[in-house]
Amino acid sequence: MFEATSRYIIIAALTFLFAPASLKAQDHSHDDQLESSTHETSQLAPADEGHNEIHGQTVDEKEFEITELIMHHISDSHEWHFFDWNSQPVSLPLPVIVYTKKNGFSLFSSGRFHHNDDGAVVHESSNGDRFIKVHDKIYLAEEESINNSYAHFSDSHEVTNTTPDADISITKNVFNMFLGAMIMLLLFAGIIRRYKSQVPKGVAKFVEPLVVFVRDDIALQNIGEKHYKRFTPYLLTVFFFIWINNVLGLIPGGANLTGNISFTLTLSLLTFVIVNINGNKDYWRHIFWMPGVPYPVRVLMALIEIVGVFTKPFALMIRLFANMTAGHIVILSLISLVFIFKTIWIAPASVILTLFIYIIKVLVAFLQAYIFALLTALFIGQATQEHDHH
Amino acid sequence: MVGSIAALGAGLAVIGVGVGIGLIGKGAMEGIARQPEASGKIQTSMIIAAALIEGAGLFGIVVSLLGL
Repeated sequence: MFEATSRYIIIAALTFLFAPASLKAQDHSHDDQLESSTHETSQLAPADEGHNEIHGQTVDEKEFEITELIMHHISDSHEWHFFDWNSQPVSLPLPVIVYTKKNGFSLFSSGRFHHNDDGAVVHESSNGDRFIKVHDKIYLAEEESINNSYAHFSDSHEVTNTTPDADISITKNVFNMFLGAMIMLLLFAGIIRRYKSQVPKGVAKFVEPLVVFVRDDIALQNIGEKHYKRFTPYLLTVFFFIWINNVLGLIPGGANLTGNISFTLTLSLLTFVIVNINGNKDYWRHIFWMPGVPYPVRVLMALIEIVGVFTKPFALMIRLFANMTAGHIVILSLISLVFIFKTIWIAPASVILTLFIYIIKVLVAFLQAYIFALLTALFIGQATQEHDHH
Repeated sequence: MVGSIAALGAGLAVIGVGVGIGLIGKGAMEGIARQPEASGKIQTSMIIAAALIEGAGLFGIVVSLLGL
């Protein structure tokens, strides 16, 4: 029974993965709009202006904007872009779910924007709302267009259009997170079945040492024998979830999920709540009224400790976010060296350096998951340990 | 010009982190050489300390990235 359902899930997952080939946008009616928009951007840039008439070359001769490319790569997106084929983007459009107070929810595919990212293509929802996409963000369209765009810009090039009241779209990062969760579910549901004969088989042989490692070296050592069993499931979940998503982010074309501050914020918020809910009397007394120090110092200590309650999960959040983002930026910068120096002779050095950083990143992907689980265990241990008093 | 100063900040942040983690590595290696049987515990506390220092450095890097 279970085998049959899990097989269906795998097939569904595979179709999701290979769907983009069939979903590839073949809509040539919008080529004109795309062309005109590239014209405008290339005219703004001081690139060779002589070849602007021919579409295709304008793209090639646009000046290589490395910061823009890297920032685009590490940020979230409404479509999963894989590569360009004959200067047509091959991508998996993802659902957009937006809510406005006036007209309610609208759900549509981001393919309706036809890869346009500067507000030239308007999608009119069935409830009357009109949406545009500018720099991978959904805005409400203005009434009339300026320079072939329904987005209006301020003097500092910021979009002045109103945003929908809520945007809960399945973006690239969210999709990647679902993928990670699904991999985890399949992996561990499969492993449970392999334990019927007591001796682990197959993939369980690989995962068992890791589970034991988290239980013994992270949970037991830092939380203590009395309470560690209660927290091991959370630590295991956090460890494997971060690790799997880190590795998914390393696959070329993968989303930079663990380098997204909202994702790490949620994880550290969970840790914050778990630590403080389970904090015992001693923990709170050490925060608000530190025993064993003179009274004036207690007031000062209380201030510092209260700040400390928030900085610990904050540091967790920043650590994971910054590590993963920095890694992605370094890899992309090293590859971009070829385009910066505009010579192929830099390529060998660039490739070797990239490979080196990449291998370090594989280590860091594991290390960051380990550190997150370890520090969570450490904080839980601090909050639940009993002090024998002076 | 702002961009270049921000990059300078990132570089300065990395100097401190590099020295700090280097000192931890030195200390851990000396500890392991003196007491090889305690290497497991030393490694764990080494990684914790390194992570905390790295966190401080990453704060600096993030702030300088925001200024980029």
